[in-house]
Amino acid sequence: MAEATSGTSVTTAAPLVSIRHLAKSYQRGAQTVPVLSDISLDIAEGDFIALMGPSGSGKSTLLNLIAGIDRPDSGELLVGGVDISELPEASLADWRAAHVGFIFQFYNLMPVLTAYENVELPLMLTRLGRAERRERVEMVLRMVNLGDRMDHYPSELSGGQQQRVAIARALITDPTLIVADEPTGDLDRTSATEILTMLQRLNADVGKTIIMVTHDAHAAEAAKSLVHLEKGELLQTERRQPGPRA
Amino acid sequence: MYLPKLIARNAMRHKLRTTLTVLGLVIAVLAYGLLQTVVDAWYAGASAASNARLVTRNAISLTFALPLHYEYRIKGVDGVSQVARSNWFGGVYRDPKNFFAQFAVSDNYLDLYPEFIVKPEERADYQRDRRGALIGRQLADSYGFKVGDVIPIKGTIYPGTWDFVVRGIMEGRDESTITRQMIFHWDYLNETVRKKTARQADQVGVFVVGIDNPDNGAAISRAVDNVFKNSLAETLTETEQAFQLGFVAMSNQIIAAIRVVSYVVIVIVMAVMANAMAMSARERITEYATLKALGFGSGFLSLLVFGESMIISMVGGAIGMLLTPPAASFFKQAVGGVFPVFTVSQETMAMQAACAVVVGLAAAIVPAVQAARVRIVEGLRAIG
Repeated sequence: MAEATSGTSVTTAAPLVSIRHLAKSYQRGAQTVPVLSDISLDIAEGDFIALMGPSGSGKSTLLNLIAGIDRPDSGELLVGGVDISELPEASLADWRAAHVGFIFQFYNLMPVLTAYENVELPLMLTRLGRAERRERVEMVLRMVNLGDRMDHYPSELSGGQQQRVAIARALITDPTLIVADEPTGDLDRTSATEILTMLQRLNADVGKTIIMVTHDAHAAEAAKSLVHLEKGELLQTERRQPGPRA
Repeated sequence: MYLPKLIARNAMRHKLRTTLTVLGLVIAVLAYGLLQTVVDAWYAGASAASNARLVTRNAISLTFALPLHYEYRIKGVDGVSQVARSNWFGGVYRDPKNFFAQFAVSDNYLDLYPEFIVKPEERADYQRDRRGALIGRQLADSYGFKVGDVIPIKGTIYPGTWDFVVRGIMEGRDESTITRQMIFHWDYLNETVRKKTARQADQVGVFVVGIDNPDNGAAISRAVDNVFKNSLAETLTETEQAFQLGFVAMSNQIIAAIRVVSYVVIVIVMAVMANAMAMSARERITEYATLKALGFGSGFLSLLVFGESMIISMVGGAIGMLLTPPAASFFKQAVGGVFPVFTVSQETMAMQAACAVVVGLAAAIVPAVQAARVRIVEGLRAIG
């Protein structure tokens, strides 16, 4: 479960993600713009968190920090016991490849690669052989109901299908953590529901820890916990019963 | 095998842009090859020159002749095997635009030029006929001259119209031999001149000096010139190659300009290609950021950019190289035999390939650095 504290954690079991007094600001010209200040948060393994807040609240920045694609100015950030803010760039890239699955708002698939190749892409950083890669990719694509679209290029798929390819790509390395930045932001209601259902199943059936950024209350209903941010500060965490999905 | 696949597909992503870039490279590599071949053609005479031959001329200038009796004194210099006479005739065939080289030469001239191959019976016919002439194969082909034809040449240095009878065709020993000249009897010229302007008789333009050992060329040259030191007509003796290069040197600035233009063409296409690569890289910043987020390193992204650039440049370079020999052949025909030897050398082909490689690498440097340095967060534009 997720717990926000005023400086100290109150979780009982060792959390998967442990954040203490995290701060981050950006330089815009001569101006320093604070984005996150004194964030402390624990996320338990197997949780499904929705980070919510208005535009500019820092939710995507927090997600980026947890995913290891940005670095905090100060504070401590442990994921699976590893202080990722201390890792050098190359090690951080290796860590991301092994532990984080990414789902982006605009899918971010390689347009010149087929669905199969896009999903296979992260496996190119592993030592898996061709046959094993094929087995895994086909399995994951079937899992997201795209077994019959493997040879299609992203431009030949609908938005919902592209996002399912992105989910398959996020799952292919069996990561510890899945981060999703507005995964339904570019989809119609039906496709969005489909994607959220898929994420819920991944969390419930496979036990994946998911952190999702959204400003859509409907999407947030899929999560087990809600974390509200505003103006770079953690307002509250809310434990809830996720809404039923098809 | 994943990287080459990704590189190849990226290269074909914007087909029009890639096609135009490749076309630019084809034109640049082709232009470079042709311009370098023009420069080579300029030097062809000097390249084909033998180092077993020296040329002795008047030290003041080539336009001043030497007395005929020098021949016997040159023959007396150690290391000299034989001496032939050669006078530049400078005549015009029918019309001034029909210009080609004519030399009045002594009968032993061909002994010094084994690269000119004449059938024995034709050479014998030539020796028998005072007005006989031998025509180089390239020249004969250009003007359609054949054995038995009478060629009227209007003299510019030696006045009057001179009729020569073609008695044989000089074939080149190999492709590099220039056979775009006509030779005729020096005695015929000298006798005719003696009748008209006796003062101009017994004057030789240059002596072609055959030597026993090419390694002694410098020493023999000095020895020949020492013989005529402090005389009324001092000599300058040099190897045939140096003599030919002296002619080429008169066109040094033109040659330098051609060389500069050939490299400017390459630099221009490099800039065009760098721009195309920079555009591609800029458009793919989000993809590079995504790849980085997935765990791919800066080296992989640089390889993507370099690979794409190299594919485009190598395809363009290869097509340009393939087109160069036929284009050179067409060019040779089009300029009507101005360049008797116009062959694309292996060095030129190698330089074309090197240019394509350099263009491919240089054009990718900045985009590759940009791709490698892309910050994931900025690339994804995901600041919340």
